[in-house]
Amino acid sequence: MKAQASAEQQTATKTGADLLVEALIGQGVETLFGYPGGAVLPIYDALYRAEGSFDHILPRHEQGAIHAAEGYARVSGKAGVVIGTSGPGATNLVTGIADAMMDSIPLVVFTGQVAKGVIGTDAFQESDIMGITTPITKHNYQVQDIEDLPRIVNEAFHIATTGRPGPVVVDIPKDISSTVYEKQVNHEFHLPGYQPNLKPNPLQISKLHDALIVAKKPVVLAGAGVIHAEASEQLKTFVQNYQLPVTTTLLGLGSYPGSCDLSLGMAGMHGTYSANMALYECDLLINIGSRFDDRLTGNLKHFAPNATVAHVDIDPAEIGKNIPTQIPIVSDAKAALEALNTKPVKGLQHKGWMEAISQNKVDYPLWHDLPEEAIVPQWLMQKVYQYTDGEAVVTTDVGQHQMWAAQYYHFDRPNRWVTSGGLGTMGYGFPAAIGAQLADMDSTCVAVVGDGGFQMTLQELSVLQERKLPVKVLIVNNQALGMVRQWQEKFYSERYSESIIDVQPDFVKLAESYQVPGYKIETQEELLQVLPKVLADDQPAVIDCRVLQKENVYPMIAPGKGLHEMIGVKR
Amino acid sequence: MKRIVTATVHNRSGVLNRVTGLLAKRQFNIESISVGRTETDGVSKMTFVVDVEDDRKLEQLTKQLNKQIDVLKVSDITDKAIVARELAMVKVISNPQIRSEIQGIIEPFRASIIDVSKESVTVQVTGKSDKVDALIDLLRPYGIKELARTGLTAFTRGHQPQVAEFKSYSLLK
Ligand SMILES: Cc1ncc(C[n+]2csc(CCOP(=O)(O)OP(=O)(O)O)c2C)c(N)n1
Ligand SMILES: [Mg+2]
Repeated sequence: MKAQASAEQQTATKTGADLLVEALIGQGVETLFGYPGGAVLPIYDALYRAEGSFDHILPRHEQGAIHAAEGYARVSGKAGVVIGTSGPGATNLVTGIADAMMDSIPLVVFTGQVAKGVIGTDAFQESDIMGITTPITKHNYQVQDIEDLPRIVNEAFHIATTGRPGPVVVDIPKDISSTVYEKQVNHEFHLPGYQPNLKPNPLQISKLHDALIVAKKPVVLAGAGVIHAEASEQLKTFVQNYQLPVTTTLLGLGSYPGSCDLSLGMAGMHGTYSANMALYECDLLINIGSRFDDRLTGNLKHFAPNATVAHVDIDPAEIGKNIPTQIPIVSDAKAALEALNTKPVKGLQHKGWMEAISQNKVDYPLWHDLPEEAIVPQWLMQKVYQYTDGEAVVTTDVGQHQMWAAQYYHFDRPNRWVTSGGLGTMGYGFPAAIGAQLADMDSTCVAVVGDGGFQMTLQELSVLQERKLPVKVLIVNNQALGMVRQWQEKFYSERYSESIIDVQPDFVKLAESYQVPGYKIETQEELLQVLPKVLADDQPAVIDCRVLQKENVYPMIAPGKGLHEMIGVKR
Repeated sequence: MKRIVTATVHNRSGVLNRVTGLLAKRQFNIESISVGRTETDGVSKMTFVVDVEDDRKLEQLTKQLNKQIDVLKVSDITDKAIVARELAMVKVISNPQIRSEIQGIIEPFRASIIDVSKESVTVQVTGKSDKVDALIDLLRPYGIKELARTGLTAFTRGHQPQVAEFKSYSLLK
């Protein structure tokens, strides 16, 4: 009786926003990334009253919030939780939602909405965020009834984090978050239309096993699916058992140790020669959790032309989407690898292939110039790798620096590499590092950014200042939109249209105005002096590292070309 | 190739938008869509007639539809034994003199006149799409003032013949 009475007392004062807060606590949410505004005032009031329940990060732009949530999700493996107000707050989140959709990042995004009664009247700060986000979310909801709110929150987390992860938007009209609700609510959900298939079909596993035993030129392509499924150990065992060469996608870096002998590094547009040639020449391609993105495959006509293709993916729609697949395995990567690892290994026939691949690695390594004094970005990345013992969490923005980081930082563990792959979102790298650092306070977190992209979201330096977060922002400063410049050099006869930007803020002073230590590095000697110290201390930093503008990312597959038609393979 | 695909969906607000948006985003050509409630509360059925290039595109279409949380089941029933119907209303220019002529044309189609005015008659016809097409062609010379079609709706017959016989029942191939 007593318990009942107190429960009633509690419910008597609960608003929809309180129900939301309770549901978030129930989901084990610890960190929120959000920005207040009119339509979420009731939610922010509930958060105020629930003080101590969450660490709320206030970015200086909603885009900063959502990229931080993505970085947090990528490193923690948990859903990133975002709150934005209606109208402009919600539309400012759109880029991040689309980014998370492309890269399968679990996010639960709460947007405020105008009161139900005025939806559809072009009310102040109304936007049709359901309509806007339907094509770029795994699912979205507009809460119509306060009773549904806790159930919808639970569904949203379930959908965002299971199967192929992705962003889920929950749009909450202001009257719903502010209404007082006194009855008990139902938290249970049932989703008959959403039943991800987790276990592989044994028949297909046997088919793959049979194919492995007769393959003369097998190769494994590991994607982010391995990381989402936490299947790196199983992948290692599998690869070790069969002595298979492994290449990864851009997002799959770290799924298999990059410094292992069997690793060929990254494949694709700026992948290594040995990786791309292995994909081109193989007779058995085992794709585990990658979606055969066009930046990986190059011209589809020339992609693995002689291969039997096996594809493990939890999303059946990815199998056969771009590449005809003979051995489709709809499954969680871990379950599929575990099933494969129970099969006996015998009579492998690809010794010659391994020798040829090893020779390729030796004959066609990544290369770059090394001038007397000036810094080339490839060398810079090697130094970052060296000074952080390969143990840092590295986030990047989008552009040349992203590719150099991918090429030269060898990730030996999953969840250390945070980059925007599918959408290629400039402005992603720095806020993502804030979230990544919050998810792992013990690691050094380096945001490798371009001078262009950093300027899209640099206002988040305020968060470093406020939180004393020791994120190291490394600006690979080529005073250019380098990736654009490179394409203009190669494919538009050096007509550098709007890509050389020599007007910049003084990044050191800029950092200092946020009370973040700033450093400018212009020579190799300065770098050797400054970088190890800065990367090792427990302070935030902005490092303006001047690099040679004319450097290009090589090797490269030109647009429309096949994997075997790389340029810039040798000096 | 033309295919008939049905989807049962949760009858939630926005579900039609989800499905049509998805098909548009993935560049599928939709010839017709019909939607309506079913025998189960809260569940609607959509019938699409789509024009796809090849089997791989078709597979993508059904898989992408299936991925939607509010979509419960997707079936390509083109090669099954099915009953499929659509309804069309055709407003034909006519005066009292030719009205009986029109009556004569539509009778074999078991169509009926459901509205009459001084200058026109409205004909209602139900059936498979090719039958509807045929009647419209016959009425066209009289002058069609207005035409509205519901799009095809279909489901499988109670009895499915052996696999080998399926093709002969195919409606749209
Ligand atoms: C939001 C956004 N706008 C435009 C682009 C196109 N784009 C891709 S790379 C790039 C240049 C990036 O320059 P910078 O940040 O300096 O990096 P760099 O390539 O020089 O390393 C641009 C403009 C993009 N990816 N994202
Ligand atoms: Mg640049």
